[in-house]
Amino acid sequence: MTTAVPAINRAAGAGRRTREILEGRPLDGPIIDMRDLRRDFTVRSPARRLRRSKRTVHAVDGLTFAMPTGSAIGYIGANGAGKSTTIKMITGILVPSSGAVRTCGLDPIHHRRQLARRIGVVFGQRTQLWWDLPLRESFRTLAAIHRLPEATWLKRRDELVDRLDLGTFVDTPVRQLSLGQRIRGEIAAALLHSPPLLILDEPTIGLDVLSKERLRLFLTEQRDLHGTSLLLTTHDMDDVQRLTERVIVVDHGRMVYDGDLPGLVGRVGAQRMMVLDLVEPSAPLSDVPDAELVGVEAEGLRQRLSFSPEQTTAAAVLAAVGERTEVRDLSIEEPDIEDVVRRLYLSTTPPRDAGT
Amino acid sequence: MSIARLHRYRPTVRRSIRRGVMDPARLFAAHVAMGFRRWSTYRLAMVAGAFTNTVFGLIKAYITVGAIGAAGGTVAGYDAATGATYAWLAQALIGPVAVFGWRELALRIRTGDIAVDLARPVDPQLAFLAADIGRAAYTFIPRGFPPLLVGALVTGLALPTTPLPYVLGLVSAMLAVVLSFAGWWLLNLAAFWLLDLRGATTLYLVASNVLSGMIVPVHWFPGWLWTVASWTPFPSLIQTPIDVVMGHATGTEALGLIGTQAAWLAGLLIAGRLVFRAGARRLVVQGG
Repeated sequence: MTTAVPAINRAAGAGRRTREILEGRPLDGPIIDMRDLRRDFTVRSPARRLRRSKRTVHAVDGLTFAMPTGSAIGYIGANGAGKSTTIKMITGILVPSSGAVRTCGLDPIHHRRQLARRIGVVFGQRTQLWWDLPLRESFRTLAAIHRLPEATWLKRRDELVDRLDLGTFVDTPVRQLSLGQRIRGEIAAALLHSPPLLILDEPTIGLDVLSKERLRLFLTEQRDLHGTSLLLTTHDMDDVQRLTERVIVVDHGRMVYDGDLPGLVGRVGAQRMMVLDLVEPSAPLSDVPDAELVGVEAEGLRQRLSFSPEQTTAAAVLAAVGERTEVRDLSIEEPDIEDVVRRLYLSTTPPRDAGT
Repeated sequence: MSIARLHRYRPTVRRSIRRGVMDPARLFAAHVAMGFRRWSTYRLAMVAGAFTNTVFGLIKAYITVGAIGAAGGTVAGYDAATGATYAWLAQALIGPVAVFGWRELALRIRTGDIAVDLARPVDPQLAFLAADIGRAAYTFIPRGFPPLLVGALVTGLALPTTPLPYVLGLVSAMLAVVLSFAGWWLLNLAAFWLLDLRGATTLYLVASNVLSGMIVPVHWFPGWLWTVASWTPFPSLIQTPIDVVMGHATGTEALGLIGTQAAWLAGLLIAGRLVFRAGARRLVVQGG
């Protein structure tokens, strides 16, 4: 497997290819190409008085995949699965321990600055805006940073302001913006230079339903208009469903699934949870058809039913419950990423067989 | 007709200039403007800073005048008028030269936000420097003039009557601004290796405040301390611009002082580049 590593770096004509890319020729190969990528961290923890124990953590442990230009990938995994580490290596701000990655046809470490003009990144918890300036000023500075001609970037800015609905707060200092407004500003900042590759690290975290929806519509539209490739890490299964056609699940730095969402759902079963708050304590609802009772709390005041949307509907389950007792309130929970990953492990089929 | 033709040709010329020389200049100018605007949002802080500098200027001017009087009228070439002027000018330079420094870069390194700076197609040192020049440009008048105005009213200012010292003084002050940036840039970079910068910052503040001539002129130092100071870049921050603008150093002597400033500046900026590269490599290789 390691023999494949130098192959992409030292392939015949790689130097010429790099030169062509740097001169701005369009890319025909995959926009991200990763071969057996690994990254280890040494974690030191004070064990006893003078001795320190060293431990090696494999944050990314042999990832191989190619992302075709123009595609959209949902890159999902629990906290600490290695998502952010992967993004750092893709963008050239972290050196792989071994293996290789090429982004937009370039070696990210050696061509970090050239690469920065071809990708737009939104790091989940970080900001690329200037805290004390309004978005309008941030855009102006970013346009200069990316050396965009006046005519091009003003048009692009107006488009982004219009499509992301930034008009009402484009002159407000960033520190006064709400989270949803700021995230929209971040995405506009990442897209100002019209990069062919957009990398979003948890873009919808903390957003309300309406803001999430607006953002998804915008991203879909941008991809239709400009053919932007999208790599998205998220905890939100809806993001994955709406924005991407391919899902890669990582756990402890290893790929545990690479395929489409229906395939993933088929593998783990898309169980939904109906949480019922009842008017009065009731007997366990263990006899509802096509639903499984998974929890009874507060002496039967709150009960949890798990069901599969492929077998039944929420309405049918609710109707069956209604025959048995009176419901005060209910909520339906989507399976979260942690749950999906856990189920992936529990599923008996060995990982990595469901190719694209 | 000829004007119309001129107009028609201008875009082509401008575009060709922009593609060649204008790009880095535009990048630099954009960051200067950005730094200027960022600081212009903190008007109240500016007023507070100017007020504090002026009040301390009063105290310093009176102590200086008193000390000179007690010493018999002059100390190391300063009489009451020039001594007070020195104190006021030093107070006026606090804001633009950023005597008390900045910690933004260290903070970005510690929080990991530096990754955003690294993932930009621009040299971080250049970007920070340009923004700092914008900051200095904004603070120059609102922080610089109030102490001088009060000084002129209260003790009077002993300033030259010819224009040349002011021109050279402005050059020297600008070099001091960038030199101060270069020093703090290096200090901030320590955050790549140290978890906490408070110790280093305190040490740097004490050294730079004393040795720059911020408290008393370097010329008043005992011989050994003067020697120490002259081996550091600190006198170039405060003492040099004041000597030049007050006409204490003129002609080749003034040019020599400005040359010393420029040499320190070049050295510290280059050191800053190298250290930043080492720090960034550490971050990129070891993963912060």
